[in-house]
Amino acid sequence: MMYYLYIATGLAVLISFIANRKKTLEAVKISLKRFLNILPAFLEMLILVSIVLFLVPDRIISNYLGSNNMLAGVLLASFFGSITLMPGFIAFPLCGILLKKGVLYMVLSAFTTTLMMVGVLTYPIEKDYFGTRVTIVRNVVSLFIALIVAVMTGIFFGEIF
Amino acid sequence: MKRKDTIRIVGISCYVLFVAVSFVYGFSPGEEIGNHFVSFSVDMLKLLPCAFILIGLFEVWVKRETVVRHFGEEAGIRGYVWAVLLAATTVGGLYVAFPLAYSLYSKGAKLSVIFTYIGASAICRIPMVIFEASFMGIKFTAIRLSASLPLVILTSILLGGYLAKRNYKIMEGK
Repeated sequence: MMYYLYIATGLAVLISFIANRKKTLEAVKISLKRFLNILPAFLEMLILVSIVLFLVPDRIISNYLGSNNMLAGVLLASFFGSITLMPGFIAFPLCGILLKKGVLYMVLSAFTTTLMMVGVLTYPIEKDYFGTRVTIVRNVVSLFIALIVAVMTGIFFGEIF
Repeated sequence: MKRKDTIRIVGISCYVLFVAVSFVYGFSPGEEIGNHFVSFSVDMLKLLPCAFILIGLFEVWVKRETVVRHFGEEAGIRGYVWAVLLAATTVGGLYVAFPLAYSLYSKGAKLSVIFTYIGASAICRIPMVIFEASFMGIKFTAIRLSASLPLVILTSILLGGYLAKRNYKIMEGK
């Protein structure tokens, strides 16, 4: 997957360079400037991620999601999904294992959707672009969307009603 | 702004010091935190240079009118379709979507289209969706997408409309 990105980026730079050298240099300058501007926020995010991953490791998440109470399961799943950051290649295999252990689809739906949409840890980056208020609003709205999605998942898999 | 920078520098220094001391004295929680930091940084460094180079190329090559036509006021529903399609091919996650969203915005994309792009890039990136379906089943993925995507678009329209009325601007200079 990564290689395609490298190849595509390399090709794009090459084509751009052949088409117009000056513009390409300009583009590299812009990339660098943008990257350096947002770098402190990225650093903050990485620090938060490293601390949260230590405080809330995968096995704790697995333990809590298996809770017998449906409502508690969904709420805890949303909580963990919101405060952690996990690449998909870790999150989905983990969910696959939990599914086999009998964790409800709606609980896993709440977990994966909040994981993707609600970013407490990406807050430093998001607020640099969008400001504090909009960042909070977007994340709260995303949390509600995730809860609705979880309920829909529960209905379609016959886990509620 | 000055005070915020100071807090940031002090915070980061404390963190670095803590991790360094942990490694010297073999304090395992600190070491674990340090390892998480390194492995996550490496993951992101594999992605971010490409993302920012592509953003740079986008800035110099894509004309403002093109963005306005496809993502702006006059694009109508097509703007949302484009936003979702672009999101589907985005790699990484929210932290890549934010800078790209900013580029689109600065070239004249509509706010509600921007929020749609951000939301969609969280939930419907193609590689991730394929991965998800293979572990959770196609039914799970289909339900998740068909429930979340309309909600993302709807809330983006509401949020974008509300902010546009209040003359909201995304931060400059990033």
